[in-house]
Amino acid sequence: MIGEPILEVEGLDVVIPLLAGTLRPVRDLAFAVARGETFCIVGESGCGKSLTALALMNLLPRRARRSARRLRFAGTDLARLDERRMADLRGDRIAMIFQEPMTALNPAYTIGNQLEEAMLRHRRVSRAEARDRAIFLLEKVGITAASSRLRQYPHQLSGGLRQRVMIAMALMCGPELIIADEPTTALDVTIQAQILHLLAALQREFRMAVILITHDLGIVARVADRVAVMYAGQIVETGAVADIFARPMHPYTQGLLRCIPVPGRTRRGAHLGSIPGLVPSLMGELAGCGFRNRCVYASPPCAAGGIGLVPLSPQRAYRCLLPPRECAANAAAAAAP
Amino acid sequence: MTVETFSGAERILEPSAGALLRRRVFGHAGFMIGAAIILAILAAALLAPWLAPHDPYAQDLTRRLVPPVWDAKGSWLDPLGTDQLGRDYLSRLLFGARISLLIGFSAALISGLIGTGLGLCAGYFGGRVDMVASFVVTTRLAMPVVLVALAVVALAGGSLHIVVAVLGLLLWDRFAVVTRAATHQVRQLDYVAAARATGCSTARIILAEILPNIMNALIVIATIEMANAILLDAALSFLGLGVQPPLPDWGLMVAEGKEYMFFSPWVIAIPGLALFTLVLAINLVGDGLRDLAAPENRN
Repeated sequence: MIGEPILEVEGLDVVIPLLAGTLRPVRDLAFAVARGETFCIVGESGCGKSLTALALMNLLPRRARRSARRLRFAGTDLARLDERRMADLRGDRIAMIFQEPMTALNPAYTIGNQLEEAMLRHRRVSRAEARDRAIFLLEKVGITAASSRLRQYPHQLSGGLRQRVMIAMALMCGPELIIADEPTTALDVTIQAQILHLLAALQREFRMAVILITHDLGIVARVADRVAVMYAGQIVETGAVADIFARPMHPYTQGLLRCIPVPGRTRRGAHLGSIPGLVPSLMGELAGCGFRNRCVYASPPCAAGGIGLVPLSPQRAYRCLLPPRECAANAAAAAAP
Repeated sequence: MTVETFSGAERILEPSAGALLRRRVFGHAGFMIGAAIILAILAAALLAPWLAPHDPYAQDLTRRLVPPVWDAKGSWLDPLGTDQLGRDYLSRLLFGARISLLIGFSAALISGLIGTGLGLCAGYFGGRVDMVASFVVTTRLAMPVVLVALAVVALAGGSLHIVVAVLGLLLWDRFAVVTRAATHQVRQLDYVAAARATGCSTARIILAEILPNIMNALIVIATIEMANAILLDAALSFLGLGVQPPLPDWGLMVAEGKEYMFFSPWVIAIPGLALFTLVLAINLVGDGLRDLAAPENRN
């Protein structure tokens, strides 16, 4: 991480009380994001990445509760903010981009109206000024004929165009932090690349911090500065993206990386890696390592007690009982054909 | 900054949304017929003082039960004949349209406000609010409308205000049920979450984000309830517990004419036909609106 952190999270927990017990989908999360940095949270479905995003925005479902030892955004303590102040912050200094561009725009209004409203809610500007900003941003996100697009309804736009509109909408107030929850999952691959490219370019231009939530390691490799790999509600490994891809330490990260085909290295017809087994139940406390049932290196000590993050350097940590040397050896063995 | 731009026409070459809507509306025969009839009846009601050949309350006992003009004994003096008190039937029919439309519109408006408010709260907040609202709806559904209306009108006396109030306070159940279901569906969509993520208040989300998206369903329900209210009013008037004489109400005209029905069938046929036409037209418009609003018919 370079520069001062804009968002600092420590000990973030999300609990959902259910009849059958307490669901704990996010456990003791800690990370920090700097201005101008792209931080990726990666993990499979149900590992708590989307709930983490909603917890940061305080937009969790009604029954879910969030708690954190530290939740600071640009010097403001988000954990102590009341709902009204938080609502003032949302869309203004922290913006969010949703997964489904098809449903994230209100079908009852023109996109111009929605873009303008996003700004009028937070800034004392005239509708004409908001309109100018909307046209400026639509052109920035690569939409031609912006002023005539403003009069169109969402159903008249394609998925890729809608996601561009969503991005423009998130940028209306010039946010310092953007949380993008799987922004390209619903798009086809060529559009995906365009949108990612666009996000990266806008981020450089406006020096925003971006938290990108995804299950796609290909996206991580392309845009992230730093990554946190989540498993069963915990961060199991974190570090700079190049470092994680070159030397994955946690057996889960190693497994994930084996699942991606690499042109030239993966032989035609050869089996891609897969991780057998299922994610453990997130009810109550985890005894021992959450991954041990699926881990080829698991040993009896893995079942006992909580397993802490092992720091390798100020930026790099992993959550496993295996010593770093063995982890590295495992990674090398797995990478060999 | 270089970003691949979306390669499309510089100007968007397609008919405007207004033009498309116009094309769809004019292409829908049922809707156009219904709308034409309603407009005609509305015009008749509004222009009644100028269109009516006579005062609807003026009695002429020497000219009682004169048949309409197409009958051998009819005359152009009273184009639709006269009733048992010698009042001009066409004039009463025109003024009666005012009462029917007024009752239908006001009752639908009152019940729409109650039902929509209840349904929006139940669907959006869910949980306990939903439980309470659903209980209230169930309670209302357990009450037979006609019996309750009869009891209230019998106790409070029949007048236009009472009939409107009773129907308005009784016909909101369908609004509530449909609004609740539609709200529940819409509130889970991403744009509601997105609205919260841009800092919208709850009131704004309900009124500005959700309500416009369930308006289609509500307009259709409103037409159904309007037709329903008009028919119920006619039923109450027929039973002598609705609008009181000498107001020219279509239901009342049917009731007053029933004793003469064998010798002067037009006194019951004409207001009955008027009621039938109005209710049919309202239902045609309701059906048409549903078709026009359905997403599969949009371009």
